[in-house]
Amino acid sequence: MRMSGARILLEGLKREGVDTIFGLPGGAVLPIYDVLYDFEGLRHILVRQEAAAGHAAEGYARTTGRVGVCLVTSGPAATNLVTALQDALMDSIPIVALTGQVPTHLIGNDAFQEADNVGITRPCTKHNFLVKDGKDLGPILREAFHIASTGRPGPVHVDLPKDVLVKEAELVWPDKVQMRSYNPNYDGHPGQIKRAARLMLRARKPVLYVGGGVISADASAELAELVELTQIPVTQTLMGLGAFPMEHPLSLDMLGMHGSYYANMAVHHADVLVAVGARFDDRVTGRVDAFAPNAEIVHVDIDPSSISKNIKVDVPIVGDCRRVLRALIAAVKDELREDVASLAKEARKQWAAQIADWKRAHPFHFGWSDDAIKPQYVIQEISNLTRGEAMIVTGVGQHQMWAAQYYRFKHPRRWCTSGGLGTMGYGLPTAMGVAAAWPDRLVVNIDGDGSFQMNSQELATCHDNGLAVKTIIINNGGHGMVRQWQGIIYKGRFCSIDLGPSPDFVKLAEAYGCAGIRATKPSEVVPALEEAFATPGPVVVDVCVDKWEYVFPMVPAGGANTDMILEDPGAAAKDKAAKAQTGF
Amino acid sequence: MQNGNEPRKHTIAIQVENKFGVLSRVAGLFSARGYNIESLSVGETLDPTVSRMTIVVRGDEFIIEQVTKQLHKLIDVIKVTDLTDESHVERELILVRVNAEPTNRAEILRVADIFRAKVVDVTPASYTLEATGDEGKLEALLELLRPLGIQELVRTGKVAIARGPKTRVKKAEPKKARVSDDPRVVGFAD
Repeated sequence: MRMSGARILLEGLKREGVDTIFGLPGGAVLPIYDVLYDFEGLRHILVRQEAAAGHAAEGYARTTGRVGVCLVTSGPAATNLVTALQDALMDSIPIVALTGQVPTHLIGNDAFQEADNVGITRPCTKHNFLVKDGKDLGPILREAFHIASTGRPGPVHVDLPKDVLVKEAELVWPDKVQMRSYNPNYDGHPGQIKRAARLMLRARKPVLYVGGGVISADASAELAELVELTQIPVTQTLMGLGAFPMEHPLSLDMLGMHGSYYANMAVHHADVLVAVGARFDDRVTGRVDAFAPNAEIVHVDIDPSSISKNIKVDVPIVGDCRRVLRALIAAVKDELREDVASLAKEARKQWAAQIADWKRAHPFHFGWSDDAIKPQYVIQEISNLTRGEAMIVTGVGQHQMWAAQYYRFKHPRRWCTSGGLGTMGYGLPTAMGVAAAWPDRLVVNIDGDGSFQMNSQELATCHDNGLAVKTIIINNGGHGMVRQWQGIIYKGRFCSIDLGPSPDFVKLAEAYGCAGIRATKPSEVVPALEEAFATPGPVVVDVCVDKWEYVFPMVPAGGANTDMILEDPGAAAKDKAAKAQTGF
Repeated sequence: MQNGNEPRKHTIAIQVENKFGVLSRVAGLFSARGYNIESLSVGETLDPTVSRMTIVVRGDEFIIEQVTKQLHKLIDVIKVTDLTDESHVERELILVRVNAEPTNRAEILRVADIFRAKVVDVTPASYTLEATGDEGKLEALLELLRPLGIQELVRTGKVAIARGPKTRVKKAEPKKARVSDDPRVVGFAD
C-alpha cells in the first residue's frame, strides 16, 4: 500500500498501540498535522513548550508501562526537547520522540529552523534514527519502539525530513523486529542466582536495595514474595519508590543522601546487600569506599554496564528484574528445603532488633509550629488524604525529597520524579502526561515555587485539555535546596536564591482558567488540600511554608552515608560538612 | 574506581553496522565518558553491511571493562573483542618524510633497509619512507630517524586481527596412530 510518509508514520504509531501524542506543530512537521486533521484513533495534546511534550510522554510511559510519544518540529523544537530526552535516558523511561527536519536536499545547508538533530540527541538517547527514505519509515518505527521498550528502557529519537513526510512510499511493516546487534539478556545466569540465594539465606545482616528497574520490569509482586520468603528488609531508591509498600514492617524507606537514618545505617552495616534494578548512583552511595564496606554485593540489572561501574559487585546477575526475581524465589525455596535458614536465625533476630532500634532512634521527623506551615506537614497530609493511592509527580528540590520521605507509597507506577537528571520544571508537564493516561485518578503534582515556574505555562495545556492536575506548590520563596546547601555548607552566604513576591500563584492559576487556592497557616492546609482534591479540573494550591526548613537527614556530598546530618547543625558540624565537600 | 590495577594499552576490535553516524556514536562515547582513544581505524569487512574498527585505548581493568560494556551497549555495535590478552597480530602503517642532507642520505637508506621500509618519494632534500609493523618496530624506526630530522609523520592507527584458531592441531589428533618409533620425533609439522 502506497501512502505519504506522514500517513505511514501515523498508521505505524497506531499499529504500535499509541493512543496519545504530546506535541507542538511547526513548519517541518506540517505534513503530519495535515494527515492528523482527520486521522482516527490518535489523540493529540497540544503543549505550550516542546520540553513539556517530552516530559508528558515520560509521565504517560512511567505510569502505564507503555511507550510515550511526543512530536515536535525541527530546529529549536528539537533542541528544546533535549532536556526531556536526557531526563528519560537517565531514568530509563521508554519514549519515542519524533522531530521534524528540513528536506533532505537542504540538510547541512543551514536552512531555516535546521539543527543537526540526530547529532545533538545522539548522546542523550538510547538510540536515534534519521529517516532518509519513506520505505524505511515503517521498519525504523518498529525498531524505535522495540529499542525504547526492551532491555533497559530509554528514549529513542526519530528525525523526519519534510520531503520524506510528503513523498509517497510503500508501507513496509515487518511482523517481527530482529536486530543482530541488539539482543538484551533477560534471564539471569542460573549459577549466579543460586549463589545469590545461598548468600541471602546465610546472611546475618542482609538488606535488599531496590530501584527503578523493579518498576520498569513490573516486578513488585515478585519482590514482595521474595521478601516474605526471606524476611530481608527492603530499602528503595528515589526511582524505586512504590516498588515495595512502605507500610510493610520490613520497609526501610528510601536510602541515600536524603534517605532515612535506618536505611543508611542498615546498608552500612549489612553483610549481604542485594541490589535489584538499581545503579549505585552517587546520591545513593555517598563516598563509594565507605558504602556498605562489609557487604558481599549481589547486583541484578538488565544493563551489564551498570554492574561494577561504581561499586565492585561480587555476584553479578544480568537480566530482567522480574524473571531474575522469579528464579531467585525458586532457588531460595530449593535452599530452604535444606533448612539453612536456621543457621543464621539468631543473628537475623538481632539484626531485626538493631533495625528496630535505629527506626525508633531517628524516624523522619519535623518540628511543629502553630504559625508557620512546615513543608513536611503538607506532604504528610497529602499522603493521609489520598491514603497513598494518588499518582504523585514532583519537581526537583527540597519538596521532592520531602515527598519521597513523607508520602507513604503503596503501589508501583504511581510516582514520577526526575531522579537522575534532576530536571526542575519536570512536575507540571509530567503530571499532565499522567492525567492524560489516567483521567479517573487523582494526579497530584507536588512542586516547588522555583521548579513550578520553569514550566508553569503548561497550566494552559491542562486547562484546555481537561487535564485535572492538582498542583501543590510548596512555596518557600526561593530555591530551597540551594538555600540549604548555602546555609549548611557555604556558611550562610546566601546568594541568588530568593524568589517572590512575584508571581501571585493564585492569580496566575486563575489567569489560566484554573482554580487557585492559598494556605498561609497550618490550620488552612488540610481544608485547602481537601478543596483542591474536590474541585474538578486543574487546581493550583499555593502553600506558603517556613523557608528555613531544611531536608534531613542529609549526607554532605562526598561524605560517607554514616556522616548523616540529622538536624540543623551547629558551627562545628557545618565546618565538617564544608570540609567533606569534595564530591559533587 | 577502587583497587584498579595499572593502566595499560588495550587493543579492542569491534564489529559495527555499516551505517552513517556509527563512527560518531563510538567516538562520542569515548569523549562523553572521558576515555582516551590512542588510535582508531575503520574499514568495511567482507560483509559490506558490517564495518570493523580497531581501537587502542589506555586504561586500567575497570575502565576497560566499562569501555567494552559501553561499546556493547551501543545499538549498532554487533561484537566487541578485547584482543589484548589474546593471541593476535597488530600492524600500523606510517609514512614519514625525513630531511635528507648529502651527509645522511646513505644512513637513511640503511635504516630503511634494516626495517624493511620502502622509499616512496625522493627529493633533493628529503626521503619519504613507508613502513609497517607493530608498535615496537615503528617506535624503534622513528627513534633512529628522529635525530636525522623528521619533517612530517602520518600514521594509520593500529589494525589488529586475532590469530587463526589452531584447527590444524585438532585435526592432527586422529593421526596420533602415526607415532614414530624414533623417540626424538615429538610430533609432525603438518
